[in-house]
Parts: sequence; structure tokens; C-alpha cells
Amino acid sequence: MFKSSARLASPWAQRAMATTAATVGLGASYVLYQDSMTANAMTASEHGLHPPAYGWSHNGMFETFDHASIRRGFQVYREVCAACHSLDRIAWRNLVGVSHTASEAKAMAEELEYDDEPDDEGNPRKRPGKLADYIPGPYPNEQAARAGNQGALPPDLSLIVKARHGGCDYLFALLTGYPEEPPAGVVLPPGSNYNPYFPGGAIAMGRVLFDDLVEYEDGTPATTSQMAKDVTTFLNWAAEPEHDDRKKWGLKALIITSSLFLLSVWVKKFKWQPIKNRKIVWNPPRK
Amino acid sequence: MFSALIKRNSLYVATIFTGAFAFQAFFDATLTKWYENHNKGKLWHDVRGKFVEGAGDEDDE
Ligand code: HEC
Repeated sequence: MFKSSARLASPWAQRAMATTAATVGLGASYVLYQDSMTANAMTASEHGLHPPAYGWSHNGMFETFDHASIRRGFQVYREVCAACHSLDRIAWRNLVGVSHTASEAKAMAEELEYDDEPDDEGNPRKRPGKLADYIPGPYPNEQAARAGNQGALPPDLSLIVKARHGGCDYLFALLTGYPEEPPAGVVLPPGSNYNPYFPGGAIAMGRVLFDDLVEYEDGTPATTSQMAKDVTTFLNWAAEPEHDDRKKWGLKALIITSSLFLLSVWVKKFKWQPIKNRKIVWNPPRK
Repeated sequence: MFSALIKRNSLYVATIFTGAFAFQAFFDATLTKWYENHNKGKLWHDVRGKFVEGAGDEDDE
């Protein structure tokens, strides 16, 4: 057995092996050399500082949103963010039973004017808003939005929590992450502000949340971080309005499927028991 | 008693249908109760009173 492996390979095989090793080595050196010719300055600051993981009260498989926080967050959105950001995918009716009563939502909608059907002569008409209307944005179009923000477009916030790595953690870190001064040596393009969490560090949105900017109905002190937490919770709800129901259905699905799985294991054992335990005996015929 | 239910196919099917209906109603009610208790204080009907006067009727959640 040892004899064959101890025997030296034929000269031809030895040469083939040496050639392969040389080719692989040279190829690898070439690739490494080529790679060293370009330098990618993808530093941590260009990726944006990673946000810490905060203990959101809706973290976890069976945890719902904090609806008082959603309501306060809606107030922050309306009084602060809505000056620049739209929320196209949320209609007034979506708030009903989530953060507002039907009559409150109706009252907020009625304060606004929406386009109505034209009259018989084709003149445009206006009507008060109703529950089925969507929350209007601050600008009529993208150009107007850019013109109002030194060329930067404030993104629609309906799905922003889903649209950014880090979701809620990123949003909270971004909103509360504006230092007093940019670090020494950082040069910002005109009209931008320093925020380490924003990829690249230079964001067109300045710090918008300051202590006591809004006055909460329930008496919660409106600190910067409280408002950031509330508006982030609200925006998470806006991006995932099905969240609370989804988790409840998830729980039901887990219970049903795991019981069915256990049942199937039991049935399998039950059916195979006699087959696995039976003894097959062969009695050779006697001559 | 059990075999009486399985004997006739019509009865068997009816048993399964009513059983499934009753089970899902019970299962849903139990889990909703657990879920709402688990998240007590965060749900809208728990915090509603902090913001709005009155208990609210059926039409005005
Ligand atoms: C003065 C106008 C203004 C206000 C008020 C404002 N924003 Fe912005 N926001 C902007 C602009 C402009 C941008 C685009 C920044 C960029 O692309 O550099 C932006 C971007 C963002 C982004 C996206 C950042 C990213 O990762 O791309 C988020 C999230 C955001 N804002 C949230 C908010 C929230 C929440 C509020 C309310 C608390 C708010 N903003 C209030 C102007 C505003």
C-alpha cells in the first residue's frame, strides 16, 4: 500500500506540477500588483458612521409600536419636517385607530383644500379634504423642492425607514447627530452641514430639532432626543403600517406550523413503529 | 361517539368545517388577548384616553 505513494512521480508529472505552481504564483502577483495601482478611498466617513443599536420598544418578534409615540411623532412631522418633506403614501384615513380618532383625522383633512371636479363650465373647483385624501406635500413638484433647498431634494419620508441602512437607528442618529462644529480639517461644500452618520458627512439638511420646538399634548418634555425618537417611530409606522398585525399573524403562523410539524413527526413515528421494530426471519427450507 | 361522526362522509365534513371555524375563532381570540396584554400601554386603545376626551363610540375609534 505504501509502496505506490512513496514512489517518485514521473519526470513529466514533476515538470507539469512545477509549471502549474509557477503560473499560479505569477498570475496572483500580477493581480495583486494591478490591484495596488488603484486606491479606493472608501473610508469609514464616506460610508457614514454606523449608528448604535437603540432599544426601540417595538424591537422584538411580538412587540407592537408605541402608539402614543406615533401620535407625538406625527405632530413633529407636521410641525417640523412637513415644511420640506412630503409623506405621499399616507392618507388621513390611515391615522384613524392608529394615532387619531376618526373625527380628529377628519377635522385635520377638512382644514385643507383639495382639487374637486370642475363645474359645468369646466372651471376648476376646490373642496375641503376628506379622510380618503392623501397628506399633501410642501412643494408642487421636484423643481420647486430643489429650488427651496439650495438644489437638494428632501426625499419623501413615507418609506424612508425602509430605504436606509440601519432604519430607525440611522434616522435617530442622523437627527440627533449634528455636532456644534464640524471636526477640524473638514471642508464642506456650500449649503451643506456636517453629520457623521450621513454617508460622506455633508448633508443639505441642517439640524432641525431643538429642545422644546413643539409642545406635546400629553405633557411629555419635548427634548431633541424625545422628538427624534417620536418622529422616527412615526416614520417607521408610515413605512410599515401593517407592522402590528404582521407580528400577530407571525405568532399565529409560528404556533400553527410548529404544532403541525410536531404532529407530523409523531404521525411518522406512529406509522413507522411496527415497520422499524419488526423482525424478519428467514427459515431456510430443510432438505 | 367519535366513530359516529366519521361514519357518514357528510357528517365528517361538517364536523371538520365547524371544528375549524370554532377553533380559529377561539385561537384568534386567545392570541389577540395575549398579544394585547403583552403590549399593554402601547396600543392606541390604551393611550387614547391620554389625548382624547370621552370613551369614544364604535364609529370613532
Ligand atoms: C429645511 C428643510 C428641511 C426640514 C425642516 C427637514 N428636512 Fe430632512 N432633508 C432636507 C433636505 C434638503 C434633505 C436632503 C439632504 C441631502 O440629500 O443632502 C433632507 C434629507 C432627509 C433625510 C434623508 C437622509 C438620507 O440618508 O438621505 C431624512 C431621513 C430626513 N431628511 C428626515 C427629516 C425629518 C425626520 C425631519 C423632521 C424632524 C426633517 N428631515 C426636516 C430638508 C429638510
